[in-house]
Amino acid sequence: MSFDNAYEALSEAPDDSRWAFGTGFADPLSGVDTAVPDGVDGADLAAYSLMLGDDALVMSHRLQQWCTNAPELEDEVALANIGLDLLGQARLLLARAGKADGTDRGEDDYAFARAEHEFRNVRLAELPPGDFGQLIAVLLVFSGWRLAVLRTLVESRDPVLAAIAAKGVKELTYHRDYAAQWLVRLGDGTEYSRERVRAGLAAVWPYVEELFATNEIELRLAAAGIAVDPAELRPEFDAVLGQACAAATVEVPETPARAGVSGRAGRDGVHTEAMGYLLAELQSVARAYPGATW
Amino acid sequence: MTALRDARTVAETVTDPELPMLTLADLGVLREVSELDGRVTVSITPTYTGCPAMDTMRDDLVHALRDAGYAEVEVRTVLNPAWSTDWISQAGRRKLAAAGIAPPGGARKAATGPIPLTLQPVPARVPCPLCGSADTEEIARFSATACKALRRCRACAEPFEHVKEI
Repeated sequence: MSFDNAYEALSEAPDDSRWAFGTGFADPLSGVDTAVPDGVDGADLAAYSLMLGDDALVMSHRLQQWCTNAPELEDEVALANIGLDLLGQARLLLARAGKADGTDRGEDDYAFARAEHEFRNVRLAELPPGDFGQLIAVLLVFSGWRLAVLRTLVESRDPVLAAIAAKGVKELTYHRDYAAQWLVRLGDGTEYSRERVRAGLAAVWPYVEELFATNEIELRLAAAGIAVDPAELRPEFDAVLGQACAAATVEVPETPARAGVSGRAGRDGVHTEAMGYLLAELQSVARAYPGATW
Repeated sequence: MTALRDARTVAETVTDPELPMLTLADLGVLREVSELDGRVTVSITPTYTGCPAMDTMRDDLVHALRDAGYAEVEVRTVLNPAWSTDWISQAGRRKLAAAGIAPPGGARKAATGPIPLTLQPVPARVPCPLCGSADTEEIARFSATACKALRRCRACAEPFEHVKEI
């Protein structure tokens, strides 16, 4: 079989067995029991799954933007791997949302067909990339916080969330170690590297408080044994950040928190300017070719 | 008509798309194969949540079983308990080493409470799969696939991959 170009081969192959995608296995939760646990509002569970899923999806997209821009090949590969782990978590969590809210929407419906105000990720995840020092700061804060959330969710009464969390914990432990080891290398490195990572921490710190702000959905679900109240995780997060910063000989920043708009922030669908540009890129193919499958 | 090969035997022949020296059974992702009235249900578990090989594994399982004469095949995902490298079989470990990939050591046991931060590379005893020397070091915790780290042997100076413990 010969073709003039590779795309022709793709479109004319009647047998899809060679392709990882487009094989009809669209649902990452295929065969998993996704019943909503007793006494839990499906809409709440869906909203919570979207919060955690959107955090992972948006952070993953930011990491993918580092491809071909990392300082070393090893870090290129590391960032792509971390982005891939988070994308996997996002796929499961968005799919879980569609099963919990009864709409049976798939991961793509949530990722590609929602408007900016419908995304529930924290603003930290969407911040413009900045330099490598800032990336390390974002990654340490994000993975330090998310690891604390997921390791608590392992005990969730929702078996799907608990299972996703149990896998995520193993992955995030590697992500957090990667970021923390880089923080030490840069902070305890040259005067210049130290200044870059210090500036990076200062730039992301205004978005830390938002990570531990409890909203009503989290409170209701925490009471039902499904979710975790993030406010309870602050001491654990502070201890890890303190340990990493001490080893890196940099100060934990004291930059004041960046307020939301009338008290509303990422979890309420109120984002920073960067979010619109990020979504325009993330959704461009799906919007240009509505109904396309891959 | 010849009797169909046992569905489990067929499923066990399917190999991992990224580590083709291993079958899905060697890798420990093949959790269950059941057959009822000619309908086969296969349960697999992802190694990493983002592992892009999952779709290929499902696809390969369906094709292998269809080729063996099973018309109705369902592949289910099992998320719990989470996959661990401890599930890679002894035969799988030998095949990895023979292919120049260092097999994983024992995985860290899941602890309760906050997970300790690791600021130094953990000194691990990973012998070089090429020359056997124990004098190896980690180059990067992440490698060409989600499940591997990159190491180097100080004795023979060759780099090699290591299936990292999770």
